[in-house]
Amino acid sequence: MNNTVRQVRDFFVSLKLTVVLLALGILLIFAGTLAQVNLGIWAVQKQFFQSFIAIWHIGKLYVPIPGGYLVGGLLLINLIAAHIYRFQLTWKKAGIQLTHLGVILLLVGELLSGLWQETYTMRIVEGQTANYSEHERDFELAVVDTTDAKFDDVVAIPESLLADGRTVQHPKLPFRVVTKLHYPNAALARRTGQSSAPVVQNLATAGIGTQLETTSLPLTYKENERNIPAAFVELIGTGGSLGTWLVSPDLGAPQSFSHDGRTWKLALRQTRAYKPFAITLREVRHDVYPGTDIPKNFSSRVRLTTLDGSDDRDVLIYMNNPMRHGGYTFYQHQMDAGHRTTVLQAVRNPSWAIPYLACALMTLGLLWQFCFHLFGFVGKRHKLRPAAA
Amino acid sequence: MKKILPFLALLLVVAMAGIKFRAPKNPGAFDVAGFSQLPLLHNGRLKPFDTVARTSLLQLQGEQRFNPSNAPKPSTMERLADGLSGKRKPAHRPIEWLLDVCFRTEVADTYQIFEIDNADVIALFNLKTEDGRDGKRFSFNQLAKGLGELDRQAKLAAQVESAARNAFQRGVTHLHANLVHYRRLQYALVAPTRPNFLGDLKNLQENVDAGIAAVQAKQAGQPHDAALAAAMIEIGEPFVDMANVSNFLVIPPSPGETDPTAWKTAGVALLETFRSKQVNFAALAYAAFAHAWRNDKPEQFNELVRLYRNDLEKRFQAEMKKTTVETRFNAASVFTSSFTIYAIAFFAALFSWMAWPETFGRIAFWLVIVAFALATAGIATRMWLEGRPPVTNLYSSALFIGWTAVALCLVLEWFYRNAIGSAAAGLVGFGTLIIADRLHLSGDTLEMMRAVLDSNFWLATHVVVVASGYSATFLAGFLALIYVFRGLFTTTLDKATADSLARMVYGIVCFATLFSFVGTILGGIWADQSWGRFWGWDPKENGALIIVIWNALILHARWGGMIKQRGLMCLAIGGNIATAWSWFGTNMLGVGLHSYGFTDAAFMALIGFALSQLIIIGLANLPLEKWRSFRT
Repeated sequence: MNNTVRQVRDFFVSLKLTVVLLALGILLIFAGTLAQVNLGIWAVQKQFFQSFIAIWHIGKLYVPIPGGYLVGGLLLINLIAAHIYRFQLTWKKAGIQLTHLGVILLLVGELLSGLWQETYTMRIVEGQTANYSEHERDFELAVVDTTDAKFDDVVAIPESLLADGRTVQHPKLPFRVVTKLHYPNAALARRTGQSSAPVVQNLATAGIGTQLETTSLPLTYKENERNIPAAFVELIGTGGSLGTWLVSPDLGAPQSFSHDGRTWKLALRQTRAYKPFAITLREVRHDVYPGTDIPKNFSSRVRLTTLDGSDDRDVLIYMNNPMRHGGYTFYQHQMDAGHRTTVLQAVRNPSWAIPYLACALMTLGLLWQFCFHLFGFVGKRHKLRPAAA
Repeated sequence: MKKILPFLALLLVVAMAGIKFRAPKNPGAFDVAGFSQLPLLHNGRLKPFDTVARTSLLQLQGEQRFNPSNAPKPSTMERLADGLSGKRKPAHRPIEWLLDVCFRTEVADTYQIFEIDNADVIALFNLKTEDGRDGKRFSFNQLAKGLGELDRQAKLAAQVESAARNAFQRGVTHLHANLVHYRRLQYALVAPTRPNFLGDLKNLQENVDAGIAAVQAKQAGQPHDAALAAAMIEIGEPFVDMANVSNFLVIPPSPGETDPTAWKTAGVALLETFRSKQVNFAALAYAAFAHAWRNDKPEQFNELVRLYRNDLEKRFQAEMKKTTVETRFNAASVFTSSFTIYAIAFFAALFSWMAWPETFGRIAFWLVIVAFALATAGIATRMWLEGRPPVTNLYSSALFIGWTAVALCLVLEWFYRNAIGSAAAGLVGFGTLIIADRLHLSGDTLEMMRAVLDSNFWLATHVVVVASGYSATFLAGFLALIYVFRGLFTTTLDKATADSLARMVYGIVCFATLFSFVGTILGGIWADQSWGRFWGWDPKENGALIIVIWNALILHARWGGMIKQRGLMCLAIGGNIATAWSWFGTNMLGVGLHSYGFTDAAFMALIGFALSQLIIIGLANLPLEKWRSFRT
């Protein structure tokens, strides 16, 4: 083995590297916690923990620090390398090995859930049924052909394509969709002509947007606020422009128009994921402790019905007791008992079992190690005592 | 002498703590102790009036002591002198204050019990600090003229997000909330605007049919007995105020009621009279209490206590047992005794390193055991009262973290017998109880659990294990502090002691790693169960993770030979900062699902603590020839 290779190997298997990486991990986590005050939890997850380099703002200073992928990745390499290099099959080492195998799994699991986990919400009013959930922070432009009363033909264009300002041409659509302006966060108001806020130029020539004015807002990262996008989209058919519409989830109802003898609907809405099952909200409950407004319990009684008829049952979802079905887990997320409305959070995480496995391995490993040392210590003291006496 | 001393010390502290376990005696002819055990439902929990009186005084004036004379606080020397000369007057009970607030408002309004820390808020009332008792406590009458302005300022402050309020706005909000609380107490049992409330109720009961008919006729515009209608309205209107103002549910469910939580405010119960035509028995009883208290009729009062208790005991036996125990628990103040004994134990352990190691070592160890037993009894009583695992809020976390650390210290002391375990136990026990005492100021510490935390299984596993991890990390840090101080400033840290301290710290760090790690992981599983994600980088989760990684870092640095004895001590002291950050710092950020215990005054204390630890780490890095123990 030549010298350079040995040096590289020694670097990656060294305990010094471990200690340095652990210290950097603490720094990253600390910075990522403080940054949540201004950035909010979602932005911090993306910028600090799911990145290679994070920028930490300390007052006016911008300090680059290694991000979660870098620290976690190097730690993973360090762990695996060290274990391959030093592997010994002995009882004494078994605890340490199990623990570190668990740490490896935990790091991999966190990476995968960052990549794979999808979070949707379902907002249902009592008595209503929903067969789709909505993405919390992603939006789509839905262009729906409603000519046939029996079904809707939907073309959904992700908001990210609108943001890029690209022209979208879809085989199902007899027109092109051209985004003229896009705002990641905006507020709409009825046109008064005397608004004090800076209003953006109104490009709308068709639909409700002609009567509204749009204000561009800075992006918000607060946990109780959402970014509500808005865009001006022009539809251009073979015979020229059909008009420019203002679209935004704030508009509520979709806007209708006719083209070529077909009826269309246009709406910018939260990205939908249709499900092979439906959930009907039977009853919401928001109990408080008597004489207070301290919440005691939030619960939703729902009816779960699958398309194939294999499931048709009542389920009670409440705090610490979610419903699991079809790879999704439904949690009680928010509630508006006054409006008899529940908001369920549906999470799909194909790697959900990895942390459980990792925990089992690590707990076993640490217990093993701890007991091994404790018994060793007590044994040693027992041997010492008679000698001292 | 050397042999007897430990027994004497033990006897003394046991007597000191035990004296508070006696059944409370009444300071005068009134059976206020009996009244203080009566139950009511407040903040979702059945509790005795005694607890309401004590927590209200704590919340309003920052201490439980009731001082009707508005005299300045006597100094410790004065109190000692009074005590020795036998001139000590019987102390006034918090319940006497509550009785005055409820029944003799005009007197209670002269008690200086509203604590105002902010000079600008004091100026709002055209007052000066010297107008108040101890320079900061004012009576309701003193504040009365400025209440309108306070209302306006409180409304302005309410528009500012709570984390962004300045000291004045916080002061205004705090005082406003306290005045609302005071008003709720005034309207809890009788109408403070009606001096002869009992007479009103009797009048109402006698004329209920004719009176209701007269009022109905008046409303319908038909001929009626105008005098009677006016009298009824005059009596009935204060009921509406009582129902609107107070949130103390003092009236037990009616005998036929199946819902055990269907307690009512006195106002609501009295308004029901106009439907049921029968004045509520309990409301009538409280009006009679008011009559007896106002007119100085102790026999009546005491007879009422007996009758009302008997009636309640028939229906609420289990509940009455709890309120009685809670009253005794309040009076015994086990955590205060425990706190004092830990402090004495700490000093005894210090002495043992200088002289008479056997004697003082034994005293320290025994005292720690007494203090620990008291704390254990206290925590167990709280668990029984609440029906919950030990840690349910920030206050109980302080109690439990101290308790676990002391338990570990006792184990260490058992093995090493060098008073280091006792010293650390005294220090940690004392420190955590000071923290608990500060946290107690916010009021009743037996709170109901919010829905998201309402899971005894996870409270008993995740919370308990993670708190044990915190306390072990703290303990390692405090042992390291002892190492640094003994080594730097005394000559008592010989090689054997230093080595045994290093072994202790190492062992405790191993324990801390195991517990903080398993606890954090359990937290992840709970989060996965209730929020749908195993890990969300929430501040509290991050705080716990920092502790785990910090401990892992210490162990890896040690195994890799990167640190020796002093390095281990420095890193262990750093663990104190990590733990303090996770325990309190993360709650101060005001973000995240976990932030349930926001306390802003504690921020400076946290910064101060972190700085002090950094300074000690700096001291520990002084060259060895500056260490008195290692100088040759």
